Amino acid sequence: MKPTTRIVVVAAAAGCLLAGSIAVRADGSGNPAAVKDEDGKYYDAEGNPTYKIGEDGTVDWYTYSGFRRYHSDCHVCHGPDGEGSTYAPALKESLNRLSYAEFMEVVVNGRDRPQAGGQDSVMPAFGLNPNVMCYLDDLFIYLRARANDAVPRGRPGKRADKPKSATEAENTCLAQKS
Amino acid sequence: MRTLLATSCLGAVAALSLSAAHANDQLLKMQQNPKEWVMPTGNYANHRYSQLKQITTDNVDKLQVAWTFSTGVLRGHEGGPLIVGDVMYVHGPFPNPVFALDLNNDGRIIWKYEPKQDPSVIPVMCCDTVNRGVAYADGKIILHQADTTVVALDAKTGKELWTAKNGDPSKGETGTAAPMVVKDKVIIGISGGEFGVRCHLTAYDLNTGKQVWRAYSMGPDKEMLIDPEKTTALGKPVGPDSSLKTWEGDQWKIGGGCTWGWFSYDPELDLVYYGSGNPSTWNPKQRPGDNKWSMTIFARDPDDGMARWVYQMTPHDEWDYDGVNEMILADLNIGGSQRKALVHFDRNGFAYTLDRATGELLVAEKYDPVVNWATKVDMDKSSPTYGRPQVVAQYSTEQNGEDVNTKGVCPAALGTKDQQPAAFSPDTNLFYVPTNHVCMDYEPFRVNYTAGQPYVGATLSMYPPPGENHMGNFIAWDASTGKIAWSNKEQFSVWSGALATAGGVVFYGTLEGYLKAVDAKTGKELYKFKTPSGIIGNVTTYEHNGKQYVAVLSGVGGWAGIGLAAGLTDPTAGLGAVGGYAGLRNYTSLGGQLTVFALPN
Repeated sequence: MKPTTRIVVVAAAAGCLLAGSIAVRADGSGNPAAVKDEDGKYYDAEGNPTYKIGEDGTVDWYTYSGFRRYHSDCHVCHGPDGEGSTYAPALKESLNRLSYAEFMEVVVNGRDRPQAGGQDSVMPAFGLNPNVMCYLDDLFIYLRARANDAVPRGRPGKRADKPKSATEAENTCLAQKS
Repeated sequence: MRTLLATSCLGAVAALSLSAAHANDQLLKMQQNPKEWVMPTGNYANHRYSQLKQITTDNVDKLQVAWTFSTGVLRGHEGGPLIVGDVMYVHGPFPNPVFALDLNNDGRIIWKYEPKQDPSVIPVMCCDTVNRGVAYADGKIILHQADTTVVALDAKTGKELWTAKNGDPSKGETGTAAPMVVKDKVIIGISGGEFGVRCHLTAYDLNTGKQVWRAYSMGPDKEMLIDPEKTTALGKPVGPDSSLKTWEGDQWKIGGGCTWGWFSYDPELDLVYYGSGNPSTWNPKQRPGDNKWSMTIFARDPDDGMARWVYQMTPHDEWDYDGVNEMILADLNIGGSQRKALVHFDRNGFAYTLDRATGELLVAEKYDPVVNWATKVDMDKSSPTYGRPQVVAQYSTEQNGEDVNTKGVCPAALGTKDQQPAAFSPDTNLFYVPTNHVCMDYEPFRVNYTAGQPYVGATLSMYPPPGENHMGNFIAWDASTGKIAWSNKEQFSVWSGALATAGGVVFYGTLEGYLKAVDAKTGKELYKFKTPSGIIGNVTTYEHNGKQYVAVLSGVGGWAGIGLAAGLTDPTAGLGAVGGYAGLRNYTSLGGQLTVFALPN
């Protein structure tokens, strides 16, 4: 198994190097490369929220915030770092298939996948939960970064400061939802 | 007419109490028969000890698989089977099937019961759809379903006799704990501490399913069944509003204190014992005060539920150290005198020995040396902080505050031990304890409460203690002195309940799936066998047709399966380091199987 793992690591590293010049990666929402910066929140060419990792590993605020929120509200089923568990799928894999819109749809409305023996796989609807709904983009951005191996497992080491617009949006959203 | 009515009422009361006494006497007697295993805890005292000694330290290495049985469910399998007469009762996680197996006929299925439950309960079970077992009493099998329905089945036919609804899953209330039958009452706990549920212990009438009493973990005295004058804490009456005074505003209404662990019962003192879980939310800044009576050991009268004494182990929890682990009742020599003791291995890393009649604190010592969030429990009776843990500021998520990542707290939120029950051997006077050896970073932040939604409010990451690479230990503990007698390293947390036997052999399971047998005196490994899936079930033994059997459920999952499936990462290893610790998923996969062992003929 070990040699295979190494090859994968090398290939991923090569992909990262190439990403600087030519876009080679595409996840469920397309090319994650950030092309637009709105006060520390980044968007790809198609307008989907995305991550931005500095050369020294500094992550944007939303990737960091998504890490925090994920490990409060998601990891008790989906496992640490989007890695999956015996109970629920690895979201770092799911985001290679799901688009931004599909991700939102599942989190807001939930879904039930019946399985043999009455052991349905059930995602709850978080549409009424301000702790999730006010951070949907944060969660998406963090998991998108994980899906693209742009951030390693664990807590991001360095992060951008919290943008003023993030604080404002958070306050507005929490006031509306609670 | 009047006279007649009075007479028949008296008759009914007499009949009722007669039947009550009968069920109680029957179980009191049955729990002493080593051939059977009539309650999930082995006996009322939670010893998980068997007098069977056909399997010994000398011959256990010859153990073989006698037969196996699949539950058909692929989730975490906690708890273990019951053996009553010639029948074995096997339960499973959601959808909570129950099987009655004929031990005289190669485990042929006598009946199977599977309740219909709304699958929307699945995602509100915080950490897998586990169930810790069924109870037996008076010809009935009692099942506590995921959706909190309590159902009594005819043990012979599997036919429903009565059902009761203990909670509401749409509010995050779920059922995972095994029931215990005490006298004519079925004692039921409730889960949902991560959903802001105000939890309680509830007693139902064994014959009718009618609710008899309900005791909340927090709130007004009357709703907690606490008598301000008669209920004591560390020897003193708790006084009026002992809980309300320790919460800000109405926060006690979503206060947690769930009762999802094990129960025990002392028939002589006539007291039921259990612990309450974490206060909600995990963000301590959002709930100032001691948050009583979360994180508390309770002693209650089983007839009316009134609390005799309480002891809060972790006032104002800052780390999710639920106090629900089992209370083991043993008579021990402590400091030269024989005491009716209660021994409890708490999630917070301290092993407590209390006088179970009075609630007096006798011993409180760390049972894993890495425990660092508190230096000790204050044992000075004249001290204003008597009985309280001495919290270390560096590891206090309350003192470090919201949006600050408190690093290096040991143990992690899953505790030095979780619900996986320990065993006590009266032969060695030692306790055999499955433990976790994991630390964490914990960052609390503000959250809003929505009914039926997670109410957590903290981010945490877990990893083995610095410089170490094993995540569990299986230890022998001397509760009289508060010292570890021996300790075996395990690669993963030990999430299986232990079994001690008169044969001098102690059994437990591992997350990789091994059933292990060790020498009770030394801890030396004598036998291991890898079952089809990781073990989070509890080991059971029984005798049938003159032969001793050992049985255990495999089926990886639970909080262990969620937290450890992908492996842990070491935050000190630096940015970009690949996870330093192997994931459980490299060792085992989902399953749901009972494996039964015996010596060859």
